[in-house]
Amino acid sequence: MSLLPFAQWLADTQGSIALHESLLMYPLIESIHVWALTVFVGFAAALDVRLLGWSMRKMPVSDVARRLLPWMTAGFVVMVISGMLLFYAIPVRSYQSVWFRMKLILLVLAGLNAWVFHAGIWRSVMRWDLDPITPKRARVAGAASLVLWAAIIFSGRMIAYNWFDCDRQPQPRFINWAAGCVVEPHE
Amino acid sequence: MNLLPFFQWCETSWLGSSIRASQFMFPVIEAFHLVALAFIGGAILLVDFRLLGVIMRQQPVRALAAEAQPYMYGSLIVMIITGTLLFLSESVKCYYSNPFWIKMGALALAIIFTFTLRKKVIASHEERSGLIWGRLAAVTSIALWATVAWGGRWIGFSG
Repeated sequence: MSLLPFAQWLADTQGSIALHESLLMYPLIESIHVWALTVFVGFAAALDVRLLGWSMRKMPVSDVARRLLPWMTAGFVVMVISGMLLFYAIPVRSYQSVWFRMKLILLVLAGLNAWVFHAGIWRSVMRWDLDPITPKRARVAGAASLVLWAAIIFSGRMIAYNWFDCDRQPQPRFINWAAGCVVEPHE
Repeated sequence: MNLLPFFQWCETSWLGSSIRASQFMFPVIEAFHLVALAFIGGAILLVDFRLLGVIMRQQPVRALAAEAQPYMYGSLIVMIITGTLLFLSESVKCYYSNPFWIKMGALALAIIFTFTLRKKVIASHEERSGLIWGRLAAVTSIALWATVAWGGRWIGFSG
């Protein structure tokens, strides 16, 4: 199943065209996306380094987590809304971007990592709350989160570049497959 | 004083022209710049939010600031190195870019403020008497660094 028709339909809506053509709105939304990212990833990284025992070793893990969580949630919500608006402004090109697709996969992995952490080792946090270095499963979750979010920022920034865009043919077959490009077969 | 020749010299420097000649160097350096932004944002906001009294109230400001400091310094160094490289590759564009000058002005103020007044407020922070000054310092710090980030993003949209 391809979502390309949906992306094409989206691109033709008035809101999408207005966003796309606005000289001010797109940069503004993108700036907000970057600010929200700083809050969310910055605080997530603070929690990650606590889990890894690299910082705030004397502070209870549950304390660090609970205090940061509302701000991380706020940052995340703004990040998702502004991100969706950025997609809405350029639906077809984003849908067919290998970087955008990679970013979505990484986001799912980051979500899974957070879910495994919360459903797993986090339940027993009271037993290791004051440990300077947390149990291995918590450290692995912290390290994975750091790496995944750095990779998400990286692939997100790369969406802006057109090296692998569908309108730049010929591309390697793998790229066309990964980007979902519709390529006319050569005679 | 006319700075344009200096900016032109930067752009024609070996580093500047190598980055410009490569298709991938600029985006990759920029992505690192952005990852470091998240880290420095975390380290600064952690302390500023604490000064505002909205997070970790049971942790002393000084202790939290001491924990955040290596991350702030580390990411600041990465930001300055990657930022300089980005600048070298397009110095002349920066010269004519208003967001660039706003960013540099805000950055100078932010660094001076962070290493003088904010440092002093943190060092002498007392829960009761320090509240007003702490909040003032936090709001100033957030405003200055947010302007730096905003200016940086808009360099890319100008020209």
